[in-house]
Amino acid sequence: MNSTPLLDASDVAKSFGAVHALTNAHLTVAEGEIVALMGANGAGKSTFVKIITGALRPDAGQVLIRGKQALVGSPAEARHSGLVPVYQEPSLIPDLDVSDNLRLTDTPVEQFREWVSELGIEDLKLSAMISDLPLATLRILDLARALALEPDVLLLDEMTAALPTDLVERVLKTVQRKADDGMGVIYVSHRFTEISELCDRATVLRDGMSVGDLEIEPGVEERVVELMLGQKIDIGKRAVLKANGPQIKTPRLNVHSLAFEPSFSDVSFDLYPGEVLGVVALEGQGQDELFEVLAGFDRPTSGSMKVNGQPVSFSHPADAIAAGLTFVPGDRSDALLAQRSVKENIALPFSARIKNWGPIKLRHERNRVAYAVEKLQIDTRAKGEVQRLSGGNQQKVTIGRWLATGVETLLLFDPTRGIDVRTKRQIYPLVRELADQGAAVLFYTSELEEIPLACDRAVVIFNGRVVDVIDAADADEQTLMRAAYGLTETEGAA
Amino acid sequence: MSMDATDPPIARFGRYLRDNPIIPLLIFLFLMIAVLEVLRPGIVTPVRAGRDGLISTFWVGNLIKFAIPLAMLAACQVLTMLTAGIDLSVGVVATVSAFVCATLSAIWGVTPAVLIALSAGLVVGVVNGIGVGLVRVHPLIMTLGTGLIATGCLQVYQRLVINAGTEIPTFLAWLGTGRTAGMPNGLFVFIPFALFILWLMRYTGFGRLLFALGSNEQAAKLSGVRAWQVYLALYVLSSLIAALAGLLYLGMIRQTSLSLANPLLLPSVAAAVIGGTSIFGGRGSFAGAIVGALILRVLDTMLTLMQMPEGARTALFGLIILAVTALYVRITGTR
Repeated sequence: MNSTPLLDASDVAKSFGAVHALTNAHLTVAEGEIVALMGANGAGKSTFVKIITGALRPDAGQVLIRGKQALVGSPAEARHSGLVPVYQEPSLIPDLDVSDNLRLTDTPVEQFREWVSELGIEDLKLSAMISDLPLATLRILDLARALALEPDVLLLDEMTAALPTDLVERVLKTVQRKADDGMGVIYVSHRFTEISELCDRATVLRDGMSVGDLEIEPGVEERVVELMLGQKIDIGKRAVLKANGPQIKTPRLNVHSLAFEPSFSDVSFDLYPGEVLGVVALEGQGQDELFEVLAGFDRPTSGSMKVNGQPVSFSHPADAIAAGLTFVPGDRSDALLAQRSVKENIALPFSARIKNWGPIKLRHERNRVAYAVEKLQIDTRAKGEVQRLSGGNQQKVTIGRWLATGVETLLLFDPTRGIDVRTKRQIYPLVRELADQGAAVLFYTSELEEIPLACDRAVVIFNGRVVDVIDAADADEQTLMRAAYGLTETEGAA
Repeated sequence: MSMDATDPPIARFGRYLRDNPIIPLLIFLFLMIAVLEVLRPGIVTPVRAGRDGLISTFWVGNLIKFAIPLAMLAACQVLTMLTAGIDLSVGVVATVSAFVCATLSAIWGVTPAVLIALSAGLVVGVVNGIGVGLVRVHPLIMTLGTGLIATGCLQVYQRLVINAGTEIPTFLAWLGTGRTAGMPNGLFVFIPFALFILWLMRYTGFGRLLFALGSNEQAAKLSGVRAWQVYLALYVLSSLIAALAGLLYLGMIRQTSLSLANPLLLPSVAAAVIGGTSIFGGRGSFAGAIVGALILRVLDTMLTLMQMPEGARTALFGLIILAVTALYVRITGTR
């Protein structure tokens, strides 16, 4: 084995004005090694990734690729030197088809095709428009494109976020195999299960510094979190204070044989006040459309909805809000006014109705916004423009909007997607607390291990149908996984 | 990761200017006035020309007087641009309103004339609002279309009233040409109007929704905003402002024509853009647009003083608007 590491970033520092984003960051990747890069929000992870990939220039320190100074004025140069990144957001141009996108980056088509089918997508047409493809497929295309470029070092930034479980396994297996052939991998992720399965080492950042370099072994999660947060905390404990369960007779929300063809065809469940009802589903089982129907964006093709026993029908989200159903979408950019302040974002629903178009009740608004900010511990240092907040804080703003308004029924769609552990750990208890105060919460998450942490019960949706209702508190990941795959043992279902 | 601190000082300075566009604009305005004074010593400061007074109230009053209708039409552009729209019918609406008022005053008297003139604006606004808000026609196309239709209707209308003659209501003439303490009486309308618009944009729910729709219509919908209601109210308001500006302009010019206020349309867009309003929505300032209107007026005076032929003047006018806007965009990093 070569003694020179494939990638050696050392003493990297970067300041933005008075803010020291990175003070002393290190990362080495040897041949065949998979290194996790971890850190809570604001630890400097994104900045470090940008420096490694050449998108930003460091103030100090160096990035060597195969022992050579690879710096690196642009991502294209980094790519030439053998480092290929796959970012969290798909980097394909929506209005071009697949083959045009490949041509833009000089990607060899044959290799690309091989990787695509190796990664588990069989029926891809190169003439398909990017904008017509589902998000999960785009992530796979991004990865296949990167692999087709034969990188020495592959950087994966939250690669598996929003991927269905079967594809995640394919991805992990493929990455593992490439690493066995000698490719180095930098794996940026929040998901411990994947990291312990895949990675050899983890480099942990905190406050712009590399604070630890750990071999992955059983039980290392505890140490990693300790390092990330700078204090000892336990992860993965159930945030539940008390499980209320359905004790009250009338459900807050009753959904009966609801269908929105062709996405889902038979969804029935009851959601009670004081309850957090999980939704267990692999990607693309109709849960996206279910939430949009419940939130008033689409009309169901058949079936009925009742709120507090009264039949309802929504033609606009305003109708759903009037019935107490408030929606936090999976994609934060759909919910935020990027250039406006935290205050305006949180207070937006206050002005929605015509009777509130007049003078803003400034004191009321200030109090409600302060309440939401305090409750969610939103970091408001960059409150002038929401787009300058970290992802976790942006997510808190989207939830805070409904806290300020008053929550009756909250529809949370994957609220922890791509955000850091610390924020996640604030979100679960908050969801519990809302439920304990009488709210009803419908909670979909793409990360199965979150279901027992936050939910009382969970409905399992498979192929557009509710196939099972399970008790979430004692469901282990195995059970949930089997359920999500439609392999439930419950009689009469599936 | 917060990206705001990544920028070099120039970009942060740019953001400061973007958040406070009024400061560099005022500096620019005074610079232009200084240039004007150099070109024609004594025009702004009579003392230098051997007359009384440090600053010529006559000149300043004139500058403000002619900036008022422009600034009012610029308000229409600022408000609609906040939602990523535009109102290209304002010039025609102002013309229609002025023409209807002048002709009907001679027939039915002043009060009905003014009311009908404003109603004509209201009708155009309702049509614009329905087109943009419900049918979802792009505002540029919609307002261009209604502007043309209104022009056509005006020509038909002119045939009907051709024998009636015209009359300029005296109170409009007083507002348009009279002065109080050296300042134009138009300010009696404009100052309350400007305060109202500033208040509307900043301290009302409606104002918040304009910014919200221009920033992210999806997010507004998610929060329960029915966009069509806002668009309808917005375009009605815009047309009413334009009709009011037309009445004021009538009192100022004291004659009617079928294209009276039409030449103010593009300068009104320019004033809004120079004033820091983004045509892509979500960002804008009426205070900036007022200064923008003053800048355009000074520019116009300057080009007139230089005794350029009309063609060269118009071309230079366009060029300077482009240059100022480009410079502004460069500094603030916005569009």
